[in-house]
Amino acid sequence: MNNLEIKVCMGTGGIAAGGTDVLSAFDSALKERSIPAELQMGCSMHKVGCRGLCAKDVLVDVLIDDSRTTYQYIKPEMVQRIVDEHIVGGNPVSEWLVKEDYHNFHEKQIKVVLSDCGNIDPEDINSYISVGGYKATEKVFATMKPEDVIAEIKKSGLRGRGGAGFPTGVKWEACRGVQPNLQMGQKYIICNADEGDPGAFMDRAVIEGNPHAVIEGMVIGAYAIGASKGYVYIRAEYPLAVERLKLAIAAARERRFIGKNILDSGFDFDIKIKLGAGAFVCGEETALIASIEGQRGMPRAKPPFPVYQGLWGKPTVINNVETLANIPYIIVKGADWFSSYGTEKSKGTKVFALTGKVKNTGLIEVPMGITLKEIIYDIGGGIENDKKLKAVQTGGPSGGCITPDMLDINVDYESLAKVGSIVGSGGMIVLDEDDCMVNVAKYFLSFTQAESCGKCVPCRIGTKRLLEILNRITKGKGKEDDIELLLKLGSDVKSASLCGLGQTAPNPVLSTIKYFREEYEAHLQGKCPAKVCRDLLTYSIIEEFCKGCGACLRACPAGAITGEKKQPHKIAPEICVKCGACFDVCKFKAVGRE
Amino acid sequence: MTNSIKEIEGMEVIFIIGSNTKETHPVIANRMIKAYRKGAKIIVVDPRKVPMTRFAELFLNLQPGTDVALLNGIAHVILKEKLYDKQFIDEKTEGFGEWEKSVEDFTPEYVEKITGVSKENLIKAARLYGNSRKAGILYTMGITQHTCGTDNVNAVANLALLTGNIGRESTGINSLRGQNNVQGASDAGCLPNVYPGYQRVDIPEIKERFEKEWGVSLSEKAGLKSTEMIPAALKGNLKALYIMGENPVITDPNMHHTIKALKSLDFLIVQDIFMTETAELANVVLPAACFAEKDGTFSNTERKVQRVRKAVNPPGEARDDLFIITGLSKRLGYPMNYNSPEDVLEEFGKMWPALGGITYSRIERNGIQWPCPTKDHPGTEFLYKGGFPRGKVHFTPTQYMPPAEITDSEYPFILTTGRNLFQYHAGSMTRRVKPIETHAGEPYVEISPADSERLNIKDGDMVKVMSRRGKIEIKAKITPRVSKGVAFIPMHYREAAANVLTNDAALDRHVKTPEYKVCSIRIEK
Amino acid sequence: MLKVTIDGKTIEVPAGTTVLDAAKMLDIPIPTLCHHPKLTPFGGCRLCIVEIKGIPRPVTSCTTPVSDNMEVTTSTPQIEDLRKTVLELILSDHPNDCMVCEKAGDCTLQELAYFYGIRENRFAGERRIYTKKDGNPFLERDMEKCILCGRCVKVCDEVQGVGAIDFTYRGFKSKICPPYEKDLDCEFCGQCVAVCPTGALTGKQWAHKGRQKDIKEIDTICPYCGTGCNITLHVSRNEVIRVTSKEDTWNEGWLCVKGRFGYKFINSPDRLKKPLIKKNGKFEEASWDEALDYIATRLNEIKAKHGADAIGGLSSARCTNEENYLFQKLIRAAIGTNNIDHCARL
Repeated sequence: MNNLEIKVCMGTGGIAAGGTDVLSAFDSALKERSIPAELQMGCSMHKVGCRGLCAKDVLVDVLIDDSRTTYQYIKPEMVQRIVDEHIVGGNPVSEWLVKEDYHNFHEKQIKVVLSDCGNIDPEDINSYISVGGYKATEKVFATMKPEDVIAEIKKSGLRGRGGAGFPTGVKWEACRGVQPNLQMGQKYIICNADEGDPGAFMDRAVIEGNPHAVIEGMVIGAYAIGASKGYVYIRAEYPLAVERLKLAIAAARERRFIGKNILDSGFDFDIKIKLGAGAFVCGEETALIASIEGQRGMPRAKPPFPVYQGLWGKPTVINNVETLANIPYIIVKGADWFSSYGTEKSKGTKVFALTGKVKNTGLIEVPMGITLKEIIYDIGGGIENDKKLKAVQTGGPSGGCITPDMLDINVDYESLAKVGSIVGSGGMIVLDEDDCMVNVAKYFLSFTQAESCGKCVPCRIGTKRLLEILNRITKGKGKEDDIELLLKLGSDVKSASLCGLGQTAPNPVLSTIKYFREEYEAHLQGKCPAKVCRDLLTYSIIEEFCKGCGACLRACPAGAITGEKKQPHKIAPEICVKCGACFDVCKFKAVGRE
Repeated sequence: MTNSIKEIEGMEVIFIIGSNTKETHPVIANRMIKAYRKGAKIIVVDPRKVPMTRFAELFLNLQPGTDVALLNGIAHVILKEKLYDKQFIDEKTEGFGEWEKSVEDFTPEYVEKITGVSKENLIKAARLYGNSRKAGILYTMGITQHTCGTDNVNAVANLALLTGNIGRESTGINSLRGQNNVQGASDAGCLPNVYPGYQRVDIPEIKERFEKEWGVSLSEKAGLKSTEMIPAALKGNLKALYIMGENPVITDPNMHHTIKALKSLDFLIVQDIFMTETAELANVVLPAACFAEKDGTFSNTERKVQRVRKAVNPPGEARDDLFIITGLSKRLGYPMNYNSPEDVLEEFGKMWPALGGITYSRIERNGIQWPCPTKDHPGTEFLYKGGFPRGKVHFTPTQYMPPAEITDSEYPFILTTGRNLFQYHAGSMTRRVKPIETHAGEPYVEISPADSERLNIKDGDMVKVMSRRGKIEIKAKITPRVSKGVAFIPMHYREAAANVLTNDAALDRHVKTPEYKVCSIRIEK
Repeated sequence: MLKVTIDGKTIEVPAGTTVLDAAKMLDIPIPTLCHHPKLTPFGGCRLCIVEIKGIPRPVTSCTTPVSDNMEVTTSTPQIEDLRKTVLELILSDHPNDCMVCEKAGDCTLQELAYFYGIRENRFAGERRIYTKKDGNPFLERDMEKCILCGRCVKVCDEVQGVGAIDFTYRGFKSKICPPYEKDLDCEFCGQCVAVCPTGALTGKQWAHKGRQKDIKEIDTICPYCGTGCNITLHVSRNEVIRVTSKEDTWNEGWLCVKGRFGYKFINSPDRLKKPLIKKNGKFEEASWDEALDYIATRLNEIKAKHGADAIGGLSSARCTNEENYLFQKLIRAAIGTNNIDHCARL
């Protein structure tokens, strides 16, 4: 043994699970132990970015002479034993190793954007360079004209990963085509890292795990369109990503991958970081531009599109993080390699944040066109507690639902659009029989309503009214024609809103009505089939099961439960606040919920 | 103004000197902002950091009263860098050679010493203005209310001539008039040396024309200027004064002196809408109609004759000035017969062809800018399109002269005066408007943070401000708007009137405008 | 020039013309609320949506520049239906207290509600309630009536260069206010009041003075500085109760604080109402005949004793051209001296 490498997952998830302490535990444990000198020479420890299966953090790779062993759920106090038994003793701690599900999780994934995430040290540019980083930049400046770059990207079929799926090469070409005159000399490229969908963390993981790929994508894009300035618009709530990006930009500048006269090419390009203040709507490109300009982040009507009149009125390309991170891999490995993945119109891979009632939640990257079934059952390991799948919600607050009978659908832009959902930025929430679809719609709508910028009437007031209607439905106060009203208003808000936020905000409502209309109707009848909507539930004690243990009585915060010991208890419905505490504590299933 | 307000929109360079446009001519400032939004570069020259500096490419913060030096310095740089319009100078001007010599000494270094404006900024300003052929100069009382006011105006004009920025659209020498009808009062001949239309009283042919029209023999002797009437009254040469709609007690320099002079008159008539400080001193007060109670015309700063219409009846027995003047005239044995104000304008137009083409029916909706000699003439948006009236226009050499009163150890501060946004002139109108009075009803003296520290004066402290002529008590307002050593008091407030302090002995030697913009004061806590 | 066909009528317009402007040239009406011809397009109210051939969704005509051979339809059942929804949504969050609103009869929202016949509201729901009142003395800001069209924000920034107000908060709670919701402290030009399409912004002095139907409007010229802005006096019962300026004047409808709000001196109780003659140091009221006779007598005496040049006249920039002309004529022709001047130097 002459080479030891320890990689500790330290994305935001890894750090939250204690990754920093695990790393320092390894450090001190190895120092305490008398590790053979030759091993000490080759010993290195790295923090690495997210590798997807955040549910099993802290994940630790121990590589001895390039043979990899992966541990899951590691805590600092477990480190000593790994060092003793595995590193010194040569016997891996078998009960802490990752199980089959970890391997299943990765088996069907194809990693392009995430290929180096979780493998390289994101805070060390050499680590990126050692796996072929900045080869694309060197290639572009040494051998390619801007037109060649655009042709290659067009050929690859890469489409915007931010949600709309606009062909990246076409966007670049349009921006390049805007003739610079004296007034308009400047052009800009902006990386949109204002990831805001609830539950989505694809872009964060990419920047935390491999920030240089994004920088490389921006340099190449800037060269292609002729921009000399770039901005990364990133949410301030991503402190780790911001920190790593700052380090990466400084390192890239030092190595002259950005800055003046990049790699002696005569081309100048530099990147500034602009922090977003947490407004969801700033992910919309015109709002994002307004925000960079120092104004309130409010979208404006298009046309004119940013490629013609963007930041400070100058031609501007805005690409999403994931889109840009694909660029260096396409340049190095070629358009043909990239387009070998995916379907006819949707090429390459897509990163999703797989969450909800699925066993393996986390970050996944799959080839376009993979079926939904493969994602949920093979990668995701099926539904938690083997409950029944009810729906898959894709595209976050702008998206829609897919029902179990459509599980064979190919996950790509066209197919999902066909069934009324979207790929979106990559959120994928799995719902089971315990989820109330009206409540799901309400959840997303309350998010978009609160995040509306207030500029246009349909979005500002329309979403509020939709939410009010949903609220009254879930409270059992719905009116007979409320479903029709939701459909009418939802469709009008979609048609009349100014930007993507309002134009898609009603989607969760419209899609759930389309596929789960009976749930809405049940609510109008005063029933929540999934037993989620609190106002529609009544709790009562089933006397024959009640042992009179008093657990429910003690748990009730409202004092609604009475009864003598060993005698069946009673719930007073007029006092009950329907919190469900009694239901949760009863060991005898004696609390009924209807 | 040689040009029109709306032409400001088309200027590439806007050179604002001695004008707090955003506060004193807010709607003209809106045009400047419109030009700014289109990419115009704005240069502001002012001893105070006036609000317009927010939009300025360059702010030249000069010492009060050093405008000639600064303007000559700019001319010096334009000459040196050959940014001038040679063809224009050759074809349309005279006296260039002599004038050129007169600015030779005004090197940026020399000018910096006098004005306090860095030579870099001076050169920048010269390049901005000199490189543009769509550059306009706008100025107000900051230029004229000096002992060297006429020189200031000439120095401004020289810059425009040097670069040919006159006689075309969006250029010009544009004096912004401070009052609604100053232009009209001047046009109408309320000046001691000229009849209506600036026709000199001492030219016999002109006098004869007016004598014929008016049917009476007239005096060929130029009369007294307003600033000469006050001393004349004190001396006893002027016995009676008829003041129509003016309040010299507040607006003239050295208030105590003005009051004394008015009191020494045998007979004072004041015609006004309020019992002003001046009216208090009168023997007879006549109640007049205000603008909303009469028909007529006003001429604005861009020479546009616009229609004033009666909206309400005057209160009580107040009457419009036409009624009063014709009534008095009749009693003086000189009846004037006019059926309506329009008849008056017609006679005015007959005596001065520049107004000849303007009738009430033509200005029903939009005003017309004179000259407008005939009924089908569209009016004149900018002057000197076809050249100058007397053929070639003269470069007038100007030399820098320090203000009449310079600071010393006893009176170490320079006081400059002017208006603020909310109040107007002597305040007899605005101070009777409740919201304005609520918001801006208190007099104040602007003092720089540096001086306030040195004198241990805090914002809101009452301070004593005194000059060789008088003393007032006033609230201190600490603001970086004024530079160290400079103080500013708005003129509107009778209870702490700036004109108690100002210098009535210092008048421009040509037009006798008082030096309101510079006098020496002391500030004490 | 670009060719555009709107509702079957064709016109050629210069590049950069919006569909709304092109429609205006063709006299085709399109309803608007947030649009103002003197401000940059906003696109917030969504009322001006039209159908354009080749574009799948309706677009706002105020923000969309004409492209060559564009075909536009301004009114279809779907478009009108959307407009109605939008209007109903606005009205669902509006006090609808037209009975007591200063702006009734002069309110764009009221007019549109009338034309679209909106009475019942399908979307009735929560309404924004604001208790804080702005303490400034000039402008009444009733933010419950604000429809967030953004005109005030734009005019304050683009025209006035002040930027005293902006949008704050998000979603349904979005609100236009000064920083930190303090009282307004600005130039009080009232440009925002002039462009407000509802009763959200009015003059504090306007309250309960008379409504549109009682008002006589008289166009005249501002009595303050030399700019000579065109103003319109709103008169009710021989009192000037409001001052506005029309958009089609050379000053484009913009005024300053004095022009717009400084009119109350006209009806001030301090106004002089009778000629006064000072007798024994005290003013006594007199008739016009008495006063003018007295003046004539005194002036004649002085002239006889000291000559005409012992008399002087000071005229005023406050007065009209006609009055100034007559005054100098009085001094020159009736009295016989050139001792006449005015305040140009002050």
